[in-house]
Amino acid sequence: MTGPVLSVRDLVVEIPTRRGVLRPVDRVSYDIAAGEILGVVGESGAGKSMTGNAVIGLLDRPARITAGEILLTGEPIHGLNGEALRRLRGRRMGMIFQDPLTSLNPLLTVGDQLTETILEHLPVSAAEARKRAIAALEEVGIPAARQRIGSYPHEFSGGMRQRVVIALALCAEPELIVADEPTTALDVSVQAQIIALLKRLCRERGVAVMLVTHDMGVIAEAADRVAVMYAGRLAELGPVREVVGNARHPYTAGLMASTPSASGGHRRLRQIPGAMPRLDAVPDGCPFHPRCERAEARCRQAPEPMLQTCDGRAACWFPVVADEEVPA
Amino acid sequence: MTALIRLERLTRDFDVSKPWLNRVIERLPRETLRAVSDVSLEIPAGSVYALVGESGSGKSTIGRIVAGLVRASGGTVEIDGVDTVSAAPARVSEVRRELQMIFQDPFASLNPRWKVRRIIAEPVAVRGESTEGLSERLLEQVGLSAADANKYPHEFSGGQRQRICIARALASNPKIIICDEPTSALDVSVQSQVLNLMSDLREELGLTYLFISHDLTVVQHMADRIGVLYLGALVEEAPRDRLFAEPKHPYTQMLFDAAPRMDAFGREVEPPKGEIPDAINPPPGCPYHPRCPMATEVCWTEVPQTRHIGETRVRCHHAE
Repeated sequence: MTGPVLSVRDLVVEIPTRRGVLRPVDRVSYDIAAGEILGVVGESGAGKSMTGNAVIGLLDRPARITAGEILLTGEPIHGLNGEALRRLRGRRMGMIFQDPLTSLNPLLTVGDQLTETILEHLPVSAAEARKRAIAALEEVGIPAARQRIGSYPHEFSGGMRQRVVIALALCAEPELIVADEPTTALDVSVQAQIIALLKRLCRERGVAVMLVTHDMGVIAEAADRVAVMYAGRLAELGPVREVVGNARHPYTAGLMASTPSASGGHRRLRQIPGAMPRLDAVPDGCPFHPRCERAEARCRQAPEPMLQTCDGRAACWFPVVADEEVPA
Repeated sequence: MTALIRLERLTRDFDVSKPWLNRVIERLPRETLRAVSDVSLEIPAGSVYALVGESGSGKSTIGRIVAGLVRASGGTVEIDGVDTVSAAPARVSEVRRELQMIFQDPFASLNPRWKVRRIIAEPVAVRGESTEGLSERLLEQVGLSAADANKYPHEFSGGQRQRICIARALASNPKIIICDEPTSALDVSVQSQVLNLMSDLREELGLTYLFISHDLTVVQHMADRIGVLYLGALVEEAPRDRLFAEPKHPYTQMLFDAAPRMDAFGREVEPPKGEIPDAINPPPGCPYHPRCPMATEVCWTEVPQTRHIGETRVRCHHAE
């Protein structure tokens, strides 16, 4: 296959309010290839979930896409709505959300929910759909799938429920999966199981995965490439080893240094002063400059650094150079 | 070194039976959930003791028992030499003043209708003592400004609210602070600010922390001594460096392996097997045996007793 599965180009999402227009997603561009996991990381309010929702067409009004394009295997999908989008969702794009209990219907058995999705999107008979539903449950590692298919969501544990949600996302064989904090509500041991499952499915089926999370450890372990978001913009984008190991953007570097790490011991954690700006008060120039110790006059004024105008890796005029000591 | 907090064979059962009418009609037995099972530990003054475990391991229940929010079903809780189960109520409430708690959710633990000044001063005000200038002083101590005392909680971000919670906990000059997942609701960059603040306060005021968390990296950063809980039981306890260098219990080893690591790019590991069993019907013998790679026949039938191996206390038949 040629070309990326998902291609987002200069995407802008805006929310009109009485006090002006907010931009939770501001000129974001990235690609995801088949069989690749792109990790989207950032703190709360950075716009990472909003980007995911824009891709799958689940923006809550009044938020809307005002510029840019989203291409799924080359076809524009950002203009679609209603029925056309509904056909696409589930069939070509699967979704996994944070809380498996709210993304499953408590009144239907998991078998009903799976066969409904399969029948809706694929031209198969009811018997075949049931067979596929059992196969999907087996694939995500639910023991005794044939017996469990008649169970209701409340009869499963948290980890098993999230497996059901993954089966549901995969049962119509989509090309792209958007996973929004899929392991945040789970315990460490179950989280490790779900990450291993996602990686295996991604590799075996060649699905493109957009993994949205705030957990750097999860990203480091699961993702092939990372996009770091800050105040609605991409701060850094690159292969996971590069970004985690040799962060170029001062925000990414600060984020890494402020994560308590295995080797750190009782040493003081590095702090990034202040907090992320509110969307109605994003400063001119680089949005990170008020918290950045490398900031100079150029950072405080427009035009702000963007990935495209800098080195393509970090949106920063004065990126951290590899092996340079980050001042504590 | 004297222990400021001493728990001896602490146990807590919760009655999770169906309502009595259902029990009569459906002939169901009473059911109990043992949230804390035979936990003994000591926290020396001025140290940080961390309890880690997954959900349902009983770590929060222990914190709440120590804080006096939940009663123990068995065993003793000694705070500063006073047995809170048998001592006179007046004596107990006196010793409880030395103990404050910080909760996980800084949005739910502050009264939205009160100004910050009143929130912070409340623990002192209920005792009828003077609160003149107290809130302002504490706000500055936790890195906010004195002028913030006139604001309401909604005007603050999550990290700032957690600072307010810390200021409130400090108001009555406590010796012990119980922190129940104090940074789980916060972003990483804010989390580091709060953790640093807690470390600073510990040094300045000589505080003792009982630190409850599921996050191993945070625990490793903060704690002097760590207790690992599984299904209500303390399966391993060791000084921090000992525990991380040489985890003895297979559950602790599994936790360490499963935790995502920043340097583990594309790591392919066999994920841990199974999930935490039902606490109402825990497996017989060692509660971890269904998931344990080392389990043998003795683990299916006999509950392991706590053994001392060097500085480590471990509850496992096979640990060495």
